[in-house]
Order: sequence, then structure tokens, then C-alpha cells
Amino acid sequence: MRFTLNGTAVDVGAHPMARLLDVLRVDLGLTGTKEGCGEGECGACTVLIDGQPVCSCLIPVAQAEGTSVVSIEGLGDNHPLQHLFMNEVGAQCGICTPGMILAALSLEATDTPTLDDVKVALAGNLCRCTGYSAIYRAVMKWRGMNGDVATTTAT
Amino acid sequence: MPAVGNNVARKDGIGKATGRALYADDLVFPGMLHGRTIRSTIPRGRVKSIKLDFDLTGFTVVDHRDVPGRNIVDLIEQDQPFLVERDVRHMAEPILLLAHENLELLNAARVVIEYDEEVPLFDPEQSVGILKAIDIVKGDVDAALAAADLVVEGTYRTGHQEHVYIEPNGVVAVPENGGVAVFGSVQCPFYALKALKCLFGPNAAIRVVQTETGGGFGGKEEYPSMIAGHAALLALKSGRPVKLIYDRVEDMVATTKRHPSIVRHRTGVTRDGRIVAMDVDVLLDGGAYVTLSPVVLSRGCIHAAGPYRCENTRIRGRAVVTNTPPNGAFRGFGAPQTEFAVEVQMDRVADALGMDTVQFRRLNALRSGDTTATGQTLREDTSAVMVLDEAVRRTDFANKRASYRGSNKAIGLSLFFHGAGFTGSGERHLNSRARLDLTETGVRIAVGSTEIGQGTRTMHAQIVADALRVPYENIDVAQPDTSVVADSGPTVASRTCMVVGKILEECAIEMRTRLGDLSPEAYFAQHGGFSVERKYEPPDWIEWDDHTYRGDAYATYGWGCDVAELEIDPDTFEVRPTRLTAVQEFGRPIHPALARGQIEGGTAQGLGFALLERVVMRNGAMANAQLTNYTIPTTLDTPEIDVVMLENPYPGGPFGAKGLGELPMDGPAPAVANALRHYGLDVREVPATPELLSTCASL
Repeated sequence: MRFTLNGTAVDVGAHPMARLLDVLRVDLGLTGTKEGCGEGECGACTVLIDGQPVCSCLIPVAQAEGTSVVSIEGLGDNHPLQHLFMNEVGAQCGICTPGMILAALSLEATDTPTLDDVKVALAGNLCRCTGYSAIYRAVMKWRGMNGDVATTTAT
Repeated sequence: MPAVGNNVARKDGIGKATGRALYADDLVFPGMLHGRTIRSTIPRGRVKSIKLDFDLTGFTVVDHRDVPGRNIVDLIEQDQPFLVERDVRHMAEPILLLAHENLELLNAARVVIEYDEEVPLFDPEQSVGILKAIDIVKGDVDAALAAADLVVEGTYRTGHQEHVYIEPNGVVAVPENGGVAVFGSVQCPFYALKALKCLFGPNAAIRVVQTETGGGFGGKEEYPSMIAGHAALLALKSGRPVKLIYDRVEDMVATTKRHPSIVRHRTGVTRDGRIVAMDVDVLLDGGAYVTLSPVVLSRGCIHAAGPYRCENTRIRGRAVVTNTPPNGAFRGFGAPQTEFAVEVQMDRVADALGMDTVQFRRLNALRSGDTTATGQTLREDTSAVMVLDEAVRRTDFANKRASYRGSNKAIGLSLFFHGAGFTGSGERHLNSRARLDLTETGVRIAVGSTEIGQGTRTMHAQIVADALRVPYENIDVAQPDTSVVADSGPTVASRTCMVVGKILEECAIEMRTRLGDLSPEAYFAQHGGFSVERKYEPPDWIEWDDHTYRGDAYATYGWGCDVAELEIDPDTFEVRPTRLTAVQEFGRPIHPALARGQIEGGTAQGLGFALLERVVMRNGAMANAQLTNYTIPTTLDTPEIDVVMLENPYPGGPFGAKGLGELPMDGPAPAVANALRHYGLDVREVPATPELLSTCASL
């Protein structure tokens, strides 16, 4: 099975029906993609295939043949969204974070996303720690919007 | 610039956002096998026979006869086995363990178990097996009820709740030095160590290391001890590393949940709205083994009268046995159940009096100098009225309450409190320790308190940096490894900042005294390294009697008022929360952005508890053990959460901080139920699903 992974051509000998998730994690040793449910509900295993976010637990690797796959490792260490997720505390435990960041990347082409745009883009990704507000702050700031989606007062 | 009070860069670094942070399932060891747990398929009975119906080549098989020490998960009581010997007490109880290097062969292995089935008990109200009973008595309730102008009665129910940490449970056990090292997703590495020492014998060479942990919320407090034992048994028998990771279904079916509750109230009031009697009966469904039920019940009962003063209070609590998997720790630890009950009851009492719900609460709310149900006299850091007034003002509550009436919109509130740290004498018994090491790289924090997303590493380093007067960046935090760090007690009970942070503050002050005017680096260069270890000293004024349940239940309390605003579809009973205002006082935030994240996240979990999260039990097992049909809030279900952090420092906490983690969980469910009441539905149970609401009486 040949496809492009994070910009590099790969050829894997896995069974065609092997889950893309397992091929990435086990065969290729890229453990940044996480498994949360194995049934496409939580989005922790989100990767991009030809720019579209998909749950890699639902994708047989045969379906990735000839495509361009981006996993969290493909973003390197210095993507602004990664820093914003940490600084805005959009990541707490961090297990949903790689998938959440890749899902958020689908907003890259949207110049002025509304909060509702962000919510819809991330609706397939569960986070149990943050209540999502801090994730919205990170994503909105990344798109150059006012990230203060909810107010906080300390006195 | 001080570190405390500022949003310094987190010690987690960028690893969680780059995918480099290593969780249990990311670990690979040479020669590693995969483990699998064979579980009971009946809720109660006896194992008659076990047949291994597969080719055993390459398999390691473990049953109870392989236990070298005691077959007991050592916790509060010693009643739960690691592996069934004969008696099955609940569905999905571990009976047999398998390991193989090929995951497909492992999962295909067929084990046939025959049972003599017995009749299971699922209804806690029918159970006579008492795991723990608690009686809290203050004044003369019967006389006060008889003399009251009005008595309001009510029964309130809450269901199971599943933690849904996005990383399921899992560990890897690795043989080393004749013993075993367990790397895993755990909240309390020293709990697992204690259980393993019982399983393998006190002299076994064992250490437990916490890996990056993908959420806990109480769900990784006690159950990981079981998994650690299983993986370690397989590793020692096979002589190879064994990875034991649960998938989502197994995690939901087999591991702990929030205790379901049935709480009955009788409240006596005077005509002018003063509470004169509170009679409360708390029933928790403990499941098949004791696990943590006694302490969950304890916290539940202590919070059962809510943040109100009442001179005549009786709280009777029982946690009982049923044939379901044991229920356990879940953020709030009994208090979300009992505070749901009392807060809906308070709205019903106000309604019965014809009194405004805010005015009724303000009249009765606890103030400094008042005594709680256990007779504790509250100190200056009591903020019930402050949070109530701010929430009401901020949300324009009175106007919305009036203008929404008769529409599809509704608004309701809850007033709540949460004790920080272990209950009563718990912190004294725990005897927690913390240590600071001066090393060539700087100052290192060495505690067993775990980072599970809430910011432990960062917040501890902030406290140490300021107390030691060194830059925050120079403080390191050791990975919790029981062979390296001090046992600072479990990462539970909103104690990691207030209690462990306090010990670390004292360690830092002592270290500063020894350093004199030198920087840590300069001191190390001249004199070499040293360590400072101290243990927790609770405030000297704390008095508590475990037998009478009288005294200072907690050193301090956090206070909160939540206002829920909803839209209700009158045809489908679908409820859409539109805004949740969370006004909370927890001393002082060490890291405001992390603190805000605790409130936002806990509030969202509370909204799930209120509206969405229904565990369906069938024949003693969770029937909807999937994220497809056990639904937690998504982005589209979660409203704007407006957080207000008020300060009222606690002198016994580091830099005035109290505990925070659990407080936000207590408020959303009763605020939602009271909003639904405002809409006109008599809701006394959560989760308030459309199916439930369609059966609620109209008001």
C-alpha cells in the first residue's frame, strides 16, 4: 500500500483491511494519533486525508492508497495552533489534542470563522477536560479572531 | 514577576500538542506481549468449569492459583479479588488472564466458562448488604419538624455516570530485578503499589510509574490497581513485558462509575422562610465490592444539607451492595448526588412558601460563624452569599426569571459548596510527604501527585518557585515513580494544590533557609545537592470524631453558584442549554487559565450528568457501553460557560489557595433541574433526558 504520509512517500505491507490507525501507530511507530473509542465517535484518531479530517480507526489502509495523509507528526513542533492549544489551555490531559488540532486545520481556508463555524468543525471531536471553551479560544486566535469567546472575571 | 497568579508556560511543554507525549498505549518494549482479561458473563453465581478452547502455543494463562501473595485488591477493605476464585458477584468480573504476542490470536482465543447461576440483586432499595452506614445528628429534628410551619418532602434520584476519559485505562508491566515495573495511566501510583505489594508479597521488588494520563476524573483512582495487578501477574509468569489496554467497551462495562443515588428530604421551615429542620436519607448503590463506597458516602452525607444553616439536622446515609460492577470515585465523590437533591428540594421549599428562590437561599445560606451539619463553625473564608449575589447580579436573574415565564426559555440556579482535601481526620491519617531535591540541574519537585490534565506540574512549580524565590523556569518536576518520589497521597479530593502544594511551599521555605542568599546553582556548586522532605500538618484547630461524625469535616470549602439558562422544545422535550454562568470562590487561583479550565470542564461534565449521560443497565451490565449511545457533551451540546472566579483566601493553603477540581461538578445538575422547574416541569431526577421529561408532572 503506497501513500504519502506527512509529505513523504511510504509503502506499507499491512493487510489492506488493517485500520489506518494501527498502521500509523504500530507499523510506522507514529503514536501521536490516539485511539479513544475505535468506532469513529470521539475523533481522537483524526488525521487528514487529502486535507479532509477523518477518523483513522474507520479507514482501512487500502482506502488511503494514493492519497496524502497528514498525522499530527506532520505539523512538526512549531505550528502556531500547537502553541495556542498549550498557551490557551485548550489541551489539558492532551489525549484529544492531536485529533482536535487536525480537525481545526480544516478551518485554515476560512478567513473569518464564526464561533459556530468552529463548533461545527470540531463537533466530531470529544474533549472531556475543557468544556471546549479554551479550544475555541485557541482556534479563534489562530484565525486572527478575538478569542475571548466567554468572559472570565477575577476579583 | 511572581509565578503564582500568572498564566506561566505549562510544564507539559509542547508534547501534548505535537503528539510526542507518551501515554501507556504508546509504550513499546522488546518482546512485549499483549494481555487480555476474561470476564464473567453472569452477574452472580459460581464458576463450575473453565475450558480453554484454543491452541495454547505462545499463550500465557493466569488464574487465581498463580497469585503469589494475597488475591486481594487492597484498598479500604480487603474484599475484592484480583481474579475470581469461585464466586462471581458481578458482570465482567475478571476470572482469567491471557497474554500472547499476536493481538489477533489473543482476541480470537475462546474460553468457555460454565456457571451455577444465582439470583442477582440489582435494586439498592432491596439490598440488606450495608457497605457503610453514617449518621450525622445535630439538634432535635423530630421536635423541629413537628413545630415547623411547613414541612416539604421529596425524593431525588441520580443515575450512574461514566467518566469517559478519552484515553481508556491501560498499563504495561515490565519484569525487572526479579520484580516488576508497571507503567500506566493512573491517578494514584501509590495505591497501585499498595495493591501490588499485597498481591506479590511485601518484599517483592515493585515500582509503579505514571505515564502521561489521558484524563481521570476519579476513574483512574482505584481501578488501575486491578489492571496493574493483572498485567504484573502476566508479566511475571511469562517473563516478558505485557501491555494491557482496555478498549472503550471493556472500559465502560468493567470499570467504575459514579454511584447512583436515592436521596429523601424532609425540610421544616417557618412561615417567614427560615429552615428549622432538615431530615435527609441518602442511599448509594455501591455495587458488588466495598472499594471506595464508604468515603464516597461520607462526602455525600457531609454535603447533603447543602450550604445552609439549620440547627436541627439529621443525615442518615447507607451505601449498599448490589450485583453490579463496583461504583467508585468520580469528580465530586458523592457530593454532586446529594447537592442535586438538596438544591432541587430548596427550590421546592421556596415554591411551597411562595417565596423567591434567591431570597430564600440568601436568608438561609451559611455565613462565617454559622455551624454546618457536623457542627463545624465556619471561618472567614465562607462565601455562599458572595457567590449567590454575584451570580444573580451578573445574569440579571430576577428579570429573566420573570420575563421567561410562559415561554420556551427558562432559568434556574444552584448554590453549592465543596470541602477541600480528605474528610475529617483523613489528611492526618494519610501523613502525606513531599520532597524537593537540589540537583545539578536546579530544583526538582518529587511527589507522587499526578498530572492528569489539571495542571499539577505547573501549579506545584509555581508555588515552589515563589516560595523559594527562584525563576519558575528553574523548577523541574519528576515523573511520578514510586521508587523515586515521596508519597504525597492520592491525586483526588481537590487536595493536590491545597494540601500537597502547601507541603511543597514549606519544603521550599526550608530549602531557602539552607540556601541562604545563594541561588540553587551557586549553592550546588559550592556544597553539592541536598533534599528537603516534609509531611503535611493539618491546621491545629481541626477536630474530628470518626465515630460521631462531629467536628471540622474539612479545613475549608469552595463555594459556587451556577445559573443555567435553557431553551426547551415543548413537543420533543429536547433541552438546549444556552448559557451557564459559574461563579466560584476557591481561595485564590494559582494559574488563572488552568483554574478557569477546571471550572469550564467540570461544568461541562456537570451538564452531561444533568441532561445527556444515561447509563442503561441490563442484567447488571452497562448495555450502552459505547460512545455512540452513551453521549457526553460535544461542541454542539455545550453552551457558553461564563466563569467568574472570586477570591477569598484560605490562610492554610499555599498563597491562599483552596481545592478546586471537584467544586464545578456540583452545581450544573441542580441548576438545570431548577430551570426546568421554572419552565413548568417537576424534575427530581437526572439525567433529565427527553424520555424522562415526558413523564414529569407539569407544575
